[in-house]
Amino acid sequence: MEKFLINGENDNFEIVVGLEIHAQVNSQAKLFSGSSTKFGSKPNENVSLVDAAMPGMLPVINKHCIKQAVKSGLGLRAKINKFSIFDRKNYFYADLPQGYQISQYSDPIVGEGNVEINFPDGTKKNIGIERLHLEQDAGKSLHDQHPSKSYIDLNRSGVALMEIVSKPDITSPDEAGAFIKKIRSILRFLDTCDGNMEQGSLRCDVNVSVRRAGEPLGTRCEIKNLNSVRFVMMAIVSEAKRQVEEIENGNEIIQETRLFDSDKLETRPMRSKENAHDYRYFPDPDLMPLELTDDFISNIKSSLPLLPDEIRVKLVNDFGLSDYDASVISEEKETSDYFFIATEGKDGKLVSNWLTTELFGSLNKNSLSINNSPIKPKQLGELVGFISDGTISGRIAKDIFAEMFETGSDASSIIDEKGLKQNSNSEDIIKMIDNVINNNQDKVNEYKGGKDKLFGFFVGQVMKDSGGKANPKMVNEILKAKLN
Amino acid sequence: MTEITKKTILEIKEGLKKRDFSALEVTKAFISASEKNKNLNIYNTFTPEKALESSKISQQRIDRGEERLLDGIPIAIKDLFCTKDILTTASSKILSNFIPSYESTVTQKLWDAGALMLGKVSCDEFAMGSSNETSCFGNVINPWSKRNGKNLSPGGSSGGSSSVVSSGSALAATGTDTGGSIRQPVAFCGVTGIKPSYGRCSRWGIVAFASSLDQAGPITKTVSDSALMLNVMSGFDDKDSTSADLDVPDFTQTCNDFKLDKVKIGIPKEYQIDGMSPEIVKLWQQGSEWLKDRGAEIVEVSLPHTKYALPTYYVIAPAEASSNLARYDGVRYGLRNSQDNLDELYAYSRGEGFGYEVQRRILIGTYVLSAGYYDAYYRKAQRVRNLIIQDFQKAFDKVDVLLTPTTPTAAFELGSQLDPISMYMNDVFTVPASLAGLPAMSVPSGLSEDGLPLGLQIIGNQFDENSVLKIAANLENQASFPFLN
Repeated sequence: MEKFLINGENDNFEIVVGLEIHAQVNSQAKLFSGSSTKFGSKPNENVSLVDAAMPGMLPVINKHCIKQAVKSGLGLRAKINKFSIFDRKNYFYADLPQGYQISQYSDPIVGEGNVEINFPDGTKKNIGIERLHLEQDAGKSLHDQHPSKSYIDLNRSGVALMEIVSKPDITSPDEAGAFIKKIRSILRFLDTCDGNMEQGSLRCDVNVSVRRAGEPLGTRCEIKNLNSVRFVMMAIVSEAKRQVEEIENGNEIIQETRLFDSDKLETRPMRSKENAHDYRYFPDPDLMPLELTDDFISNIKSSLPLLPDEIRVKLVNDFGLSDYDASVISEEKETSDYFFIATEGKDGKLVSNWLTTELFGSLNKNSLSINNSPIKPKQLGELVGFISDGTISGRIAKDIFAEMFETGSDASSIIDEKGLKQNSNSEDIIKMIDNVINNNQDKVNEYKGGKDKLFGFFVGQVMKDSGGKANPKMVNEILKAKLN
Repeated sequence: MTEITKKTILEIKEGLKKRDFSALEVTKAFISASEKNKNLNIYNTFTPEKALESSKISQQRIDRGEERLLDGIPIAIKDLFCTKDILTTASSKILSNFIPSYESTVTQKLWDAGALMLGKVSCDEFAMGSSNETSCFGNVINPWSKRNGKNLSPGGSSGGSSSVVSSGSALAATGTDTGGSIRQPVAFCGVTGIKPSYGRCSRWGIVAFASSLDQAGPITKTVSDSALMLNVMSGFDDKDSTSADLDVPDFTQTCNDFKLDKVKIGIPKEYQIDGMSPEIVKLWQQGSEWLKDRGAEIVEVSLPHTKYALPTYYVIAPAEASSNLARYDGVRYGLRNSQDNLDELYAYSRGEGFGYEVQRRILIGTYVLSAGYYDAYYRKAQRVRNLIIQDFQKAFDKVDVLLTPTTPTAAFELGSQLDPISMYMNDVFTVPASLAGLPAMSVPSGLSEDGLPLGLQIIGNQFDENSVLKIAANLENQASFPFLN
């Protein structure tokens, strides 16, 4: 990839970006209480005594969340720490009932790892993972329900989050976008996070700094709470431009936390009060250090599903797909699931073509996700099968596809109903060709005189006479033999 | 027949079984004793109707011959245990209107065993104090005050729990002990109490002070009664991640074992401190003699880091407290001083709701956890805590239990200790075992020259409550302590 640079008045600047991704753990219950994590419940419906921090209430770790964190760590090719500690991060806020968030500070459950990101031009890059730790989410403050009061919804209070911290290996907005998408994809394959950014299941904080080529790392600023890939990429550019401007004006960058305004396309500092936290981290005395056995980890390891990178390699090696098609299909779990069902006993490459061009095109046009596709994977497989065995031609297949997409019918029933089966009977085809030759003797002469282009005309005539059903390959072969 | 309120739990159980009296009579006797002792200011919330009602159910079970371990036994609950539908204040203004919708694990176990609740008794605010004077409802008066004509402190924080038993107003009470909050007040009030090993009793539903130290325990007149109460209160609780997943032995089994051959008693030399009253030194020696008479071997041991225990405790406990008490913010329950903005809501609710001692400890705790001070205070204190634990481990390689005084003095006058440091000195003998999570018990063993109770402390190895109870029973047996009631 071409190097991404911010062009200042005098110099060009590189950017250095590190990401913190907060991913909500897929779990029925919260991290330290049995309350439900269901999205869209009525305010304060999913709140236990522990979540509301009633006097004398104690946290008890949800084992499932531990498994999910370990699974995610393995998916990020990271070191699993057999010993980790839950700490208290102390601060006051109305939607933080305990007055502290239980998090992991000095000893996270997952250590260093790495993920590979891929670009459409076929280039790849490894981005380092610094750590993954478990923590509680806070509740939600609603300031717009009453002229003078704030409302508190504690449904999210205590929900398990994984904070995934990257190394500052990212040097362009595109890389940042690709990194988030890749993390999201890995977590979704692992079923450890649903990756739903609109519902807040995946949120990002971005650390941005700039420097002239060859200079040491600059001072970074953190932009908090970005909830879409697009906003992350936009915020990085806005913030980098701001920093370049500051530097070129002779100002120093102050390390601070900022917010991104997506309307004005600018970042601005959070209130200084929000910046001034001394979180007074210390180990939570209500929880013992977390110790994992080798068995616990190896059991999770042995049950890991195939991940996008492995699937991509498999698609290239076993199915002969192009690197790019393979990465497109392996990016989303639903797409790769769709592919593997559709391709059972079928030509993988052909399935891939129909999937990535026809089906994706139609889904996009109709704003549908692959989950809601009117054509189910087995149906697409059947259609591709008919093309491969010569039952129908590719051209007819497109018509059938369109009808399938509209009605949800099977290819076989459409073919039967409309009599669209391809004609591969050589006697029929010879008869049709002879007819065309006899009726167009003048054109035959021109062709024989050297006007090669007319060959297409003859093919077209035969196909037209056959109502599109003649086997085009046979038409080509027989025509060629007859005319030459 | 002795008055009902002078009896022990075991004697009452016996009498109930033999129909000498009914559960209702027992209950009424303690209710009227409680009322008679109203001037001691023991109860935050008095619930006689609840005790009377439950006594009928107890009597029915007794009549059917299906009595449970504590059927018909009226007890008082330290106001730090959450009790369903009954005011639970922690003796703090900030919780003065708090009625829990849940019952603490320990009290639930007591009710399940048939115990009857007389009410919620006073303590220092959030269990922070050694004199019961930090309660927002005013101090409890030590029942022994009438013996020397002065207004004495019952000690703290479980001052109400100790006084209620000492005055014959309840057969037993629950206490909690963070740095000595069971042992010091029972010594001051001339009754018996044990802080079991950390993890023995569930902390679920007990208003937290310092989570790594807090432990519930019983306060009774006798060692056997404490053992019986502890049998009921102990046990693993999956709602408390720090509770010990261990079988609970029968704690009463060693309380009648008066042969101490092969038992080694350690006397930690570092507990000889300046300022200890001579009568306490004398009692300590007397205790050794008594145990020697029963065949025990007395061994001097060293716990070299003892002198660091108090400062270590006063870093760790306030640090945890500063965080544990952050939830009292006026947002969801408790005292709320409504203000126009959130910061002021916090400041005014907490400023008005917390007393001075609690505020002091929150400030100390916040300070020792702050950036730049954490390593010098909190981290260092944790290291010293480990050294103190190791001291005990080495000592218990050599001896079975340790014998020490419970407090450096007898009960002091209310209002006499104005300097917080000298107040903290009350915990000097009790804090080390708390830091190490060890079981420790105080038994009333003699009287001062002023005629006030003095206690001896027995510290045992982790989860070896039985050895502690056995030695305590021997001291009790030889001391023949003149109980007030």
